[in-house]
Amino acid sequence: MAQPVTFVRRAAELIGTDGAAAVREGATHLSDRRQQRAEELPGFDELRDRARAIRLHSLSHLDRLIAHFADHLTEAGGQVHFAADGEEANGIITRILEAASANLVVKSKSMVTEEIAVNSRLEERGMEVVETDLGEFIIQLSQDTPSHIIAPVLHKTRQEIGRLFAEKLGVDETDVPEELNQIARSHLRQIFLRADAGITGVNLAVAESGSIVLVTNEGNGRLTSTAPRVHIAVMGMERIVSRWEDAAVILEVLARSATGQRLSAYTNVVTGPRRPGDSDGPEEVHVVILDNGRSGILAGETGEILACIRCGACLNICPVFRAVGGGHAYGSVYSGPVGSVVTPGLLGMDPWWDLAHASTLCGACEEVCPVGIQIPSMLVALRRIAAEEGRLPSWMERGMSFYSRAASEPDRWRRAKKWARRLSAPLSARGWIRRLPGPGRGWTTSRDLPRPAKESFVDWWEQRDGA
Amino acid sequence: MEATTAQLVVTCLVDSLAPRVGKAVVAVLEGQGVVVEVPNGQTCCGQPAFNIGLLDDARSMAGHTLDVLDATEGPVVVPSGSCTAMIVSHYRHMFRGTDREEQAERVASRTRELTQYLVDDLGADVRAGCGGCSVVYHHSCHGLRELGIRSQPDHLLREVDRRALDDEEACCGFGGLFSLEMPAVSTAIMNSKLDAVEASGAEVLVGGDISCLLHMEGGLRRRGSKVEVRHIAEMMGDGVDR
Repeated sequence: MAQPVTFVRRAAELIGTDGAAAVREGATHLSDRRQQRAEELPGFDELRDRARAIRLHSLSHLDRLIAHFADHLTEAGGQVHFAADGEEANGIITRILEAASANLVVKSKSMVTEEIAVNSRLEERGMEVVETDLGEFIIQLSQDTPSHIIAPVLHKTRQEIGRLFAEKLGVDETDVPEELNQIARSHLRQIFLRADAGITGVNLAVAESGSIVLVTNEGNGRLTSTAPRVHIAVMGMERIVSRWEDAAVILEVLARSATGQRLSAYTNVVTGPRRPGDSDGPEEVHVVILDNGRSGILAGETGEILACIRCGACLNICPVFRAVGGGHAYGSVYSGPVGSVVTPGLLGMDPWWDLAHASTLCGACEEVCPVGIQIPSMLVALRRIAAEEGRLPSWMERGMSFYSRAASEPDRWRRAKKWARRLSAPLSARGWIRRLPGPGRGWTTSRDLPRPAKESFVDWWEQRDGA
Repeated sequence: MEATTAQLVVTCLVDSLAPRVGKAVVAVLEGQGVVVEVPNGQTCCGQPAFNIGLLDDARSMAGHTLDVLDATEGPVVVPSGSCTAMIVSHYRHMFRGTDREEQAERVASRTRELTQYLVDDLGADVRAGCGGCSVVYHHSCHGLRELGIRSQPDHLLREVDRRALDDEEACCGFGGLFSLEMPAVSTAIMNSKLDAVEASGAEVLVGGDISCLLHMEGGLRRRGSKVEVRHIAEMMGDGVDR
């Protein structure tokens, strides 16, 4: 069997690239803005506690909330579909679109449709699919994948985007953000007007009214969900709250945590299709509620990860995410600390278990999480499961077994310390080791290591104490 | 007034790789009139095994550590936020529902990180310094985020020429076995930190955890940097020789 491409190998190709530098700069900027927005609001911590309570309540009442949501949406004239997995969701979406004779489909940014890879499925059926979020539009034009769950082109420079537009859209090259924006806008506006159907994700579903909420900064979510005849919204089954009162809390922490805004530029609420007398809106609204592994996550030790509201704050603050050029190193749609928990849950431990090791356990993710998810503990839990499944490299497992036996028995520990000192002699010069063999090599590629002391602290203490 | 006796857990890394830090801790505590004892048979708290998911190994080391410490009395003082957090937070969690539960609770409730002990518990009139040198401080993540240690080192360093460190609370990239498992990632994170340290203009990088400090000192040496690295214990008390 071919060795799966691991986090380490993907990261090695990205570290030190221009893209990685762009990710570091962008992620740091987003973190700084989040920090400002958190600090300016008195009682932000209390707001976070409320947001957490709301999300945990949703997770523990999911069945009931989804049923309420479905009832209310149906009353409002919408249609609800349940999909056990991505295959089923894509089948449902394809059938809706084919029944509506849709040829041109516009999309607003949605991670869940990335998760089920709906674009390629629709393209196979001969439909044209156009991403309308500026970042996703750039990703689609360059046949790339998103490097961040809310900022998909964090890894691209504006010069790179200018060249791409010139090449693909036949416009003059520019690196002025406003001009780039205008180019995309003019191009996409024509497509919106022609589109037969729009596909969006769902930031929040509100059970009490059967509404979905879409949050964007470009207004493309609003156009996607209102201009075409058919609107299909795809949502992970956990993306639900009970009441509007709850939604307001989530939207506030979401905007502040995600982009460092007080509120996103567009907060769009959809409650069913166009009603008699409405001047616009789609004729059909479908909501596809997706499980795709979420029930399994919910039942396991990492179930609380489904409280995530996809703000990306944990990605932005994560030293690993910043160092490895963002999401691409994680190899799946959901990246960063949250992705390292979600991905093995959705796609299985094999080969994704190593994502849980892509962390220093520094805890910054938990500190900034607007719903207080204990990500480091979950990473440790996943590491434990991987170890129990025998997935750890043998040097680690055997080395730790040897080490723990020594450390559980003082005489053995004393002997091990003496041996470490003795074995380090040929490797050391003036008290420092510059090159270690075996698994230690990774340390000394970039770091010296002090040689174990001739007289350990405990040796010194016993001398002193005994004297 | 009867003198306080403190049980010093020096940590495995200080014991073998930086015994000077242990000696400095003894000097600081004794300077405050504390009678220092070093519990016999101490080894490693088990954190490396715990963090990597090898729970049986972690339990074995933690159990041994609990036996060693539970045989003593008085505050347990540890010159490391990381090892302290292991004992204070994770032991409780690991042994919940087992026959060591009460023991873990007893030991955890006595255990304090060095700067917590000095500032919060002793209210010691002690300040860190190095004869006018300029410093930056690295908050190690576990002390900072699991134990909330921030004001204590700030207080101890109140009189030094302390320079601003860009992204001061960012991780240094050590991460225990992470540094061996993903050395290139660990190094990339370290390099950002070391760039910030060097850009600060400080002569000395100070921290409260020898693990992160050895990682950064190793990196600074490899860079040929002139920045020196010290544990905060080495900055306190008179006649502490580096």
